[in-house]
Amino acid sequence: MKRLTRTRFVATVVSLALIAVLSALIGLLTGPSALAPGDVAGALLDPAASGPAGDIVLRIRLPRVLLALLVGASLATSGVVFQALLHNPLADPYVLGISGGAALAGIAMLSLGTAVGFGAQAVPPAAFAGSALATLALYAIAGAGGRVSPTSLLLTGVVFNAFASAAIVFLASIAGLAEGARIFLWLIGNLSAAAFGSAWLVASFLAIGFGVALALARSLNLLALGDETAEHLGVATERHKRWLLAATALMVGAAVSVAGLVGFVGLIIPHLLRLVIGADHRLLVPSAALSGGAFLVICDTVARTALAGRELPVGAITAIVGGPLFLWLLRSHQHRVFTP
Amino acid sequence: MSAALQLDGVSVALGSREVLRDVSFAVEPGEVIGLLGRNGSGKTTLLRAVTRSLAHRAGEISLFGAAVGSLSRRVLARRVAVVPQDLHVPFPFTVAELVLMGRVPHQPLVGFESAEDVERARTALARLGIEHLADRSSFELSGGERQLVMVARALVQEPRLLLLDEPTAFLDLSHRTLVLRIVRELAAAGCAALVVSHDLTLAARACERLLLLDDGVIQTAGHPRDVLSPPTLRRVFGLDAQVVEGPDGAPLVVPRIGG
Repeated sequence: MKRLTRTRFVATVVSLALIAVLSALIGLLTGPSALAPGDVAGALLDPAASGPAGDIVLRIRLPRVLLALLVGASLATSGVVFQALLHNPLADPYVLGISGGAALAGIAMLSLGTAVGFGAQAVPPAAFAGSALATLALYAIAGAGGRVSPTSLLLTGVVFNAFASAAIVFLASIAGLAEGARIFLWLIGNLSAAAFGSAWLVASFLAIGFGVALALARSLNLLALGDETAEHLGVATERHKRWLLAATALMVGAAVSVAGLVGFVGLIIPHLLRLVIGADHRLLVPSAALSGGAFLVICDTVARTALAGRELPVGAITAIVGGPLFLWLLRSHQHRVFTP
Repeated sequence: MSAALQLDGVSVALGSREVLRDVSFAVEPGEVIGLLGRNGSGKTTLLRAVTRSLAHRAGEISLFGAAVGSLSRRVLARRVAVVPQDLHVPFPFTVAELVLMGRVPHQPLVGFESAEDVERARTALARLGIEHLADRSSFELSGGERQLVMVARALVQEPRLLLLDEPTAFLDLSHRTLVLRIVRELAAAGCAALVVSHDLTLAARACERLLLLDDGVIQTAGHPRDVLSPPTLRRVFGLDAQVVEGPDGAPLVVPRIGG
């Protein structure tokens, strides 16, 4: 009888952690300016004594790689949690409108903020506040009857997202050319504004959100089978759902506020993993965090280096890779991953 | 000793519609009770009220002497197991994983199953004759196999009260008999059971008493021989049927199809 044992848990998590470290090394070694591996290693091991190579590695590549790891981990973990909470394999971190709130607030700040004296630094906090407000509104509307049913969550979220998109299009249409271009980059998702400050911020929210998801992983297994089944097996569903919603709101809000709407990570990573390691959330949650991080680091490395002289938004890469990958998964493994 | 399950004057409403009205009965430890009634008569609603998935509007529901509202979900799950009509599994859990979920109320929140837990799951699968399904994905199960898996999950939960909602709807006759035999074996060991069923003839053999629910009200309750009479069947089910005594002494319902 196959099942999740401590040995299998440790072996899988260690392997995926190695893959994440490896992807980070690739990200650190690769960039528009060719640096010798020795120089990169030198800069990492002895930051004080490094020259221009050190500047590139420590000031440009390292924060970028860190942020990609953290944003990827946040999105993939939230994807796993949302899919379980909504009993819906199509759910992704953006489905519930938390991202719509973040995007709307961020873009409002981006296009109107300068007029009232706010700079670009005000965009991430505004976006994060937007995600928090959207979560509270979502919870108040969907949970009006005392119970937060997955269907009402989903409906509320989808409608709220549609509203946010329309409002964003309106803001973009009245924005100037420069703001319009930045709004566009934001909607696709990009990590070009990476800095250590934002990395620490995302790291702390990820730590909280991931901790909650991992602690409630066994509840996620049961919630994935429906709220009543979870209740029959002893889960205090409403309380656990509240915790999990709050946890994902933190992760999604932080990720979107620094990186915009990077797509597909939170949708495709959970499904790929289920194919390989199975559906048990005790293993799925940490595995998603590690693989989501690794995936986004690699995509971002491609985004930085694919075209000489200019950078692509990482969201374009995740979409180009993720879309076909998802369709392939659906086509060749439908009966193992999605539906009977 | 208090009853495993006791309902006193229980009413339940869905929205403004009252689905159960003034329902009172008790299930004693070791007793198997059949809950019969037409589609929409309130059988599933009654089970949902017992597991607190629905709040009841009036009356009292108690489990082993304790009001159902006073028990935490976890304590409730250690005492009461539910076999639902069907289970929609949106993710590819294996049968072993689904069955081991029955151990969750007995385990700490974080951790892995113990060797004893695995042994219990293995025994339950063997008891239902589905050991060979252990590593199969839930996506590759038939409706009947899924039902057997849910019975196995209820077994590893080690309940003192078992609620079964048409547990045999998708099963062939030999598996129906097997599931009801297992329910009887649990009852012999002191477990109480409330079985919702549409199979009157099987219910008459598996249950000590039958409750007939009609439009949210218990119309008749008692020994299968007394409850399953042609006039009652006509009144409660709108069914034109003869009732004869089977070779085992229990009643046999023979519907007239006509034509």
